Amino acid sequence: MSKIIEGLLYSESHEWVKVEGDIAVVGVSDYAQAEMGEITYVDLPQVDDEFAAGEEFGALESVKASSDLYSPVSGVVTEVNTALEDAPELVNEDSYANWLIKVRMTNPSETEELMNADSYKTHINE
Amino acid sequence: MSDEMIKKTCLWQEHVRLGAKMSPFAGFDMPIQYKGITEEHLAVRQKVGMFDVSHMGEIFISGNDALRYVNHIFTNDISNMDSGSILYGMMCYEDGGVVDDLLVYKETEDNHYLLVVNAANIDKDYEWMLENAVGFDVSIDNASDDWGQIAVQGPQAEDVVSKMLGEWVRPLTFYTFVRNDDYIVSRTGYTGEDGFEIYATPEKTIALWKALLAVGVEPCGLGCRDTLRFEAGLPLYGDELSKDISPVMAGLGMFCKLDKEEFIGKEALSRQKADGVMQKLVGIEIEDRAIPRAGYAVELEDGTQVGVVTTGYHSISLDKSICFALVESAYSKLDTPLWIRIRKKVFGGKVVKKRFYQTNYKK
Repeated sequence: MSKIIEGLLYSESHEWVKVEGDIAVVGVSDYAQAEMGEITYVDLPQVDDEFAAGEEFGALESVKASSDLYSPVSGVVTEVNTALEDAPELVNEDSYANWLIKVRMTNPSETEELMNADSYKTHINE
Repeated sequence: MSDEMIKKTCLWQEHVRLGAKMSPFAGFDMPIQYKGITEEHLAVRQKVGMFDVSHMGEIFISGNDALRYVNHIFTNDISNMDSGSILYGMMCYEDGGVVDDLLVYKETEDNHYLLVVNAANIDKDYEWMLENAVGFDVSIDNASDDWGQIAVQGPQAEDVVSKMLGEWVRPLTFYTFVRNDDYIVSRTGYTGEDGFEIYATPEKTIALWKALLAVGVEPCGLGCRDTLRFEAGLPLYGDELSKDISPVMAGLGMFCKLDKEEFIGKEALSRQKADGVMQKLVGIEIEDRAIPRAGYAVELEDGTQVGVVTTGYHSISLDKSICFALVESAYSKLDTPLWIRIRKKVFGGKVVKKRFYQTNYKK
């Protein structure tokens, strides 16, 4: 059973968002990391890169497959979790503690389009 | 393909019982992994693992013209094969494109051969064999559904298989086999390690699988079968060989005996060898952990595309990002600098030998 954390917002493509003021902390859900299997590489953007909501911002790679990451919100990257460069397996260990990027949102109302924990639970069970 | 169309091997129940992640492959519902690709890959490199390869095709050829016929459709030369020996080669089209790559087993009786072909190509190969049998006194028996097959691979394979089947398996050397009433046991594989491929009836295959499991042999899925064969520099039909990728392009010209009297594709392959080919298959190593995947572009520094990746991984045994790629021949020499476009970024690398991993066969 996948772990879903209350209070976070979720995208249909399995990213989670934690809103801290105008900053969105972005990671992938436990469901997403379990589907991927052993993650061997995390491809992340650079600070100051700008993404629109729904735009591809990087990828997770397992031995066998690559899975694109999509920005749940529009904004500018303020921080990247560089610890994942050398230890991509941290995403498997705890995909909520090990966030991927922080984004300064340019349109915070976009978070209203995301799912809460209950809706996301329904989404992954569909 | 609809669910009803998907075939199951005789070991399907065992895979489900072991909790394997299953996926359709070559028309069969096959195990991709059990515990995980990395763990299974390392079990084969360091100890011993086993694969259900019952989906592979077994086609028996016999008749007065069997030798001449197999030499007609096969690129390698079977004229001087000893009984109990095996040859690798291809069946080619007239234009040198590949119908399939396969193993030919020469049985004890003269003019009796077993051809082991890729699962995805069984129907196509069988049709091709029939079409090209006109004028030959041969019988072609596609017995693929009657045979299960388990590949036992790794440094401990000899100990494990001799314990199961008897000490008589130990003297077998690479690319030889023995057939008895119960099994065909060959010293072959697709991993770069020592090992055996064991053919038997479905019932005996299931019993053998359970016995191997009981002595601790690691069940391994198709996921690590691909990472292992790739590291060992072995091609996969569809990726590194195809109707558009000839053996000469793939660097497998040594399995095409152009001095043979005749075989389908001989003229085209001879011309390719003499005149050179437009593209060649190379190995490329890149200086990053990013993973080159099939279909990614291979470029020059200025961004001109000169090729495409056919298979790529972050190698488990070597901890390097490496790939096979089909590139314009001008850029196929060792140490040629090449770049690979991975999503939005470009990573520099160079041409390296295709056998990335030092193989450990019992010669």
